Amino acid sequence: MSKFTKKKGGELPAVNTASLPDIVFMLLFFFMVVTVLRDNDLLVKNTLPKADQVEKLKKDRSVYIFAGKPSARYQDKYGKEGKIQIGDKFTDVSNLKFALTEARQKLLPELQDKVMVALKVDEETNTGLVTDIKQELRDLNMLKLIYITSPGNEVDN
Amino acid sequence: MARRATPEVNAGSMADIAFLLLIFFLVTTTIEKDKGIARQLPPNEEIEDPPIIRQRNLFIVNVNKNDQLLVEEELMELRDLRQSAIDFLDNGGAAAGTPEYCNYCKGKRDPESSDNPDKAVISVQNDRLTSYKMYIAVQNELVAAYNYLRDRESQRLYGFKFTEVKKAMDEGNYQGNEEAAQEKLESIQKLFPLKLSEAEPKSKGS
Repeated sequence: MSKFTKKKGGELPAVNTASLPDIVFMLLFFFMVVTVLRDNDLLVKNTLPKADQVEKLKKDRSVYIFAGKPSARYQDKYGKEGKIQIGDKFTDVSNLKFALTEARQKLLPELQDKVMVALKVDEETNTGLVTDIKQELRDLNMLKLIYITSPGNEVDN
Repeated sequence: MARRATPEVNAGSMADIAFLLLIFFLVTTTIEKDKGIARQLPPNEEIEDPPIIRQRNLFIVNVNKNDQLLVEEELMELRDLRQSAIDFLDNGGAAAGTPEYCNYCKGKRDPESSDNPDKAVISVQNDRLTSYKMYIAVQNELVAAYNYLRDRESQRLYGFKFTEVKKAMDEGNYQGNEEAAQEKLESIQKLFPLKLSEAEPKSKGS
């Protein structure tokens, strides 16, 4: 008879959390492996357009140019017009050559001739700004460029 | 003296420490996007007597400031652009027997359209106020048209897909002889050379 008497209290047993650290560590290692530390602070809004016919960027020989509207917290200071960012600061179109030459000098000497310009431009920017950048790049004879995009396709959605 | 058992270390806070680290990494890092559409700009020098391109060998894509497409004087939706670019490139309109004749083209062989893929030029004209999103979408569709044709030819000649092999080589995990494959890729590129021209955009709001 006493077989069926309730155990006293009837509390739920505590969930065993011994393997929780393992799970968290697994996640941690995943993030550590797949990510790189952010090396420059974005001052502009940067939602990249979608494309699927893409090639991979060779990181060791690339110079980044960001462009777009200043992000929300900088809009009071810099307005809402499209702007160019190289490194950590805004650059004017007229000053682009100097900034790019400077950025190129940071690459390994043997790769400086093979430099590739990676354009990270917000999808709401006007093409005119991109054209200005490209004109400057032609003047500098940095002819290889890559428009960085996010995976997807504009037609499908 | 009897050996005393070492007391167990309390590992209860290990999870907290790990969470802290995890959150730090989550916040400070971004998954870097490193893929995109590669392009070669034309060098900035005056070309003496530029080659004359016949009207039929030119495929004009016009994008206005409202992101509307005008392709060969006709309004077009973005989703139709790829197919019409393929039709244009693959046309092979030159008559059989002439040196321009394209023996691998499978198009309609319309004499009013392009002679062969080598002659065919796609010209994109943007307004300064066109959105960058649209610009990339158009470029993407045009590259897709070339990739489709290159895939088809490499499938026929060598039995592999151009884009797949190129991707594998970019990522450095191509199995087999890389130099031979590189040569094959180049021969395919010669069949359908990427000839995209970009006109200087017109002034604002025109």
